Amino acid sequence: MIKNISNLGDTAVYCDFGSEVNESINANVIDYFNHLSKLIKDKKVEGITNLTPSYNKLIVSFDLTITNYKEIKNFIKSLIILRNIKKNNQTIKIPVCCDDEYALDIIRLIEKLNINKDKILELYFNKEYFCYMTGFIAGMPFLGDIDKNIRCDRLETPRVKMPKGSVGITEQFANIYTFESPGGWNIIGNTPKKIFDDKNLDQPALVNPGDKVSFYQITKDEYLNWNE
Amino acid sequence: MNKVFFEILRSGVNTTIQDKGRNHLYHVGIAVSGAIDQRNYTLSNKLVANQLNEAVVEFAYQGPLLKLRNGKINFAITGDIFFKIIRKNLDVEDGECYKNYILDEEDQIDIISTKNSTYGYLAVNGGFDLKKSWGSYSINTKANIGPNEGKKYSLNDLIFIKKPDTKDLNKKNINYNYSTDNIFRIIKGTNFDYFSKDAIDRFFNEEFLVTNLVDRMGIRLKGPKLENIVNTNIKSEGLVRGVIQVPADGNPIIMLSDHGTVGGYPKIGVVIAADLDLIGQLTPGTKINFKEVSLEEAQNIFKAYTDETNKYLDECN
Repeated sequence: MIKNISNLGDTAVYCDFGSEVNESINANVIDYFNHLSKLIKDKKVEGITNLTPSYNKLIVSFDLTITNYKEIKNFIKSLIILRNIKKNNQTIKIPVCCDDEYALDIIRLIEKLNINKDKILELYFNKEYFCYMTGFIAGMPFLGDIDKNIRCDRLETPRVKMPKGSVGITEQFANIYTFESPGGWNIIGNTPKKIFDDKNLDQPALVNPGDKVSFYQITKDEYLNWNE
Repeated sequence: MNKVFFEILRSGVNTTIQDKGRNHLYHVGIAVSGAIDQRNYTLSNKLVANQLNEAVVEFAYQGPLLKLRNGKINFAITGDIFFKIIRKNLDVEDGECYKNYILDEEDQIDIISTKNSTYGYLAVNGGFDLKKSWGSYSINTKANIGPNEGKKYSLNDLIFIKKPDTKDLNKKNINYNYSTDNIFRIIKGTNFDYFSKDAIDRFFNEEFLVTNLVDRMGIRLKGPKLENIVNTNIKSEGLVRGVIQVPADGNPIIMLSDHGTVGGYPKIGVVIAADLDLIGQLTPGTKINFKEVSLEEAQNIFKAYTDETNKYLDECN
């Protein structure tokens, strides 16, 4: 399942699962991630400090005062991975308001894609998405794949400050800016829902790798009066 | 009983609480954070007889002006720092780094500036009275995690001190040789072969300038354009401290403690663990060079780095 293992510097192991992006390769990454997470929790392995799953890679960081590349590499190679240990992946429904004041890049998308706003939103909201990974900023989910007709490159000049809650698309992916941050995705709306909760210590991110996500539209009134 | 605390009379440029950092959260997008210069962080705790993983104040460039209220403490400052102690009677003493001082009620510490470095550390005996988030006191201003609601300190904020103990620690000091070296050792990155032979030659033989875009997330360099002959984007994947990413414009970016947890630019190299403290201390305008080492060499250099840290710690016993 892992095609190649190498070192990323002297404090991390780089597990390469392939170069394509698809759910089956990503499921392999998540299986390894879940398996290793459990071993770390159960204290079956020492020195691992972080696991970073992404579309098709898994990075295992370690403390060089406790272990080293060779030990962790051999440990990973020795694992027999059970598929889909974690079966309880959920479908999360996320409300989005697409009023023009929140749909910051809708005009750009209409021009680039040559389809109208209603059609863009219809194609976007009619699909259920898969969460490949979470990261960059706290709790930001990388979702896919969006309809082929609404795929578009990043903004030529990224925004310095993307409003918190912005829902964006680029290439075959969708995401949500969980914090105000710089960013270059095309924004189609904004969600009032809390996507990252630092009070929830066990699972601060609402959307985690392997989860399914569907979006639904809300009015500006519903957005402004959103209460969790 | 009233708690002892610092009142912030000047906040400084970027004053936060840091420790060893916060692990096991990369997968939700939260960086490790923690002190940029881990050795100086550790030594500051040692100088005030703390556990080596206690929380300390990290400051950058111009540090804070702090007034002590309600008691007496021991403190020490590490780094390459210009600071003064302003006594209650307005006597002013020049401060020395790597040395323990007693501060009385109403005395002030004026951390005027870092010298040829960016960060310094202030530890107090007993530590600060703060809550941990996910096992760490570190303030992560990008995700608003940690003490002070995850924000850097501002004017008039208070920092409470846990259990000040004023037993005489005056003998504690370290004869620290604060050296800077502008050659940083790296291990080839996972996208090393994306770069042309010419780019690789330039990477190892020419100088790179540290630009003004330097913070706890990373350092942007400017130098010879590093030509990418494969692809200037990769599918986003995990990053670690020390990774050198090269975006399409050819100018390298080095990841530091608060870096984004994933990134989509090719990785030309990774700074070795032993050189992370010093690379984090770089100031804008500095010129640096890169040198390649093997994984084995990096591990040996790290062992030497750890031994040297331990030597300083022993000196302080």
